[in-house]
Amino acid sequence: MSKLILNRRKLILGGSAVGAGLAMTGCKPFDFLARRGDPIREVMESANVLTYRAQRALIGEQVLSPEYSESEIRQGMKPNGSTEPTTAEYNFLRMANFEPYRLTIKGMVEREVSYSLAELRNMPSRTQITRHDCVEGWSCIAKWTGTQLGALLDEAGVKDGARYCVYHCFDNIQRTLSGDILYYTSSDLVDAYHPQTILAYGLNDETLPVSNGAPVRLRIERALGYKQPKYLHTIELVDDLSKIGLGKGGYWEDNGYDWYGGI
Amino acid sequence: MNAEKTTPATKGPLVYRQSIWTRLTHWSWVICLFFLLFSGLQIFNAHPTLYIGQQSGFEFDNAILDIRAVNTPEGPRGQTTVFGQTFDTTGVLGMSGSAVRPDFVAFPGAVTIPSFRDLATGRVVHFFFGWIFVGTMFVWFVASVLNGHIERDIIPKKGDWRGLPGDIWNHLRFRIHHGRRYSPLQKLTYFMVFVVLFPAVILTGLCMSPGMNAGFPWLLDLFGGRQTARTIHFIAMALLVLFFVVHVIMVIVSGPLNNLRSMITGRYRTSPDTPIQEKDKP
Repeated sequence: MSKLILNRRKLILGGSAVGAGLAMTGCKPFDFLARRGDPIREVMESANVLTYRAQRALIGEQVLSPEYSESEIRQGMKPNGSTEPTTAEYNFLRMANFEPYRLTIKGMVEREVSYSLAELRNMPSRTQITRHDCVEGWSCIAKWTGTQLGALLDEAGVKDGARYCVYHCFDNIQRTLSGDILYYTSSDLVDAYHPQTILAYGLNDETLPVSNGAPVRLRIERALGYKQPKYLHTIELVDDLSKIGLGKGGYWEDNGYDWYGGI
Repeated sequence: MNAEKTTPATKGPLVYRQSIWTRLTHWSWVICLFFLLFSGLQIFNAHPTLYIGQQSGFEFDNAILDIRAVNTPEGPRGQTTVFGQTFDTTGVLGMSGSAVRPDFVAFPGAVTIPSFRDLATGRVVHFFFGWIFVGTMFVWFVASVLNGHIERDIIPKKGDWRGLPGDIWNHLRFRIHHGRRYSPLQKLTYFMVFVVLFPAVILTGLCMSPGMNAGFPWLLDLFGGRQTARTIHFIAMALLVLFFVVHVIMVIVSGPLNNLRSMITGRYRTSPDTPIQEKDKP
């Protein structure tokens, strides 16, 4: 019996050695999955389409994201991503206190519309205390005030066949040798028309600060932070995302993140 | 010569122990949990702090675990803080890699998919295997209700509770009895894994989704907020890793070949004193 136990101990030791060996090699064999366009990666990415369809089927189009009480605003809204755009166009607007700013809705609409900040502020507004969830994993509760996007889309008149809103922004999220990449993302019309989807110009009862996306940022509360574009200036209605950017529907989406963003 | 070695009494009957559904789902879970763990650690590295409540405290402190690199007079060091207690974890957590080219990540590249910092890929892998994991769970549940596996092997009965202390004592001494069915400790362990940990890890995973939060806000309430859910997701992961380690040790201790055979062909060699039944094969 003692001989047997000794053998078992040897087996455990042997097992640990094998385990340690595997740990040394690590997960390098799976690094190929990071290559964009790898066929196995593409199969795996299709799970995100499944998630999108499943959630759209499971969750009502108008169902609201949880809203919180005033007491749960325990800190300022954490700025992340671009916090200080440096393009000439943005700097000009910023110095002019955003007086010349216009928000434009164009593309597959009956009539192109555009609004100044004062016009947006004079429209019926919605204020909501919601939780912002970053793709990195952190969350922050803040109060957002703005105009519902759905009302503006109705004013512009969305044409039949339009399927997506593309959100174009002022901020240079990435600077490259061939020029700046300006932030852009997109959503389907369900998210665009959602009651909590607002063009926010107010944060925690103050004017939206530059670090959080002044003068206007979009809130799509049922999605992660990268679907809340800051420094927004144009909303373009399209029937296809393949001609926008690298074709995945947004800056982070072109960099490998899921398009739906509601995880 | 050794007469007793050849007597048939030293070997118990070979029994059919694991159904095809138990075996298929077992190996599917092995693959899923492997990828889920290592892609999950990649995701964790994007913000290596765990909190309690709905939000992450940046201007207040509700963190319970934090892994990072800090600058000290002796140079950068890896630090892990658990419930306010800080430990130096240089070389493993917070800071890894070689002394010349240190890597400032929470979990080292050896345990993340991919081995370098790439949150987007970690998420693609995690969600793909998340779906497979849930699908496997569904197949296992339906098959195991229909073939009686859950009733017979997973739910502990009155007799199991009585036999538990003795069974734990036997396991601690590595004295394993190979019966036809699972022992009380095995039942309780698999009950914890299938009925507590697996559902907990799936439901807390769903809590991470702002879309699911809107559709099923009670899920957030159930786990005490988005960040608490994230913390529980992490703890469930750690318990599953602990289960895996003990599981593999028990497989090795109680006869690795016999156990592997039962998980491949379904046939399991029982202890010599096991009574023979009609269908048993020698």
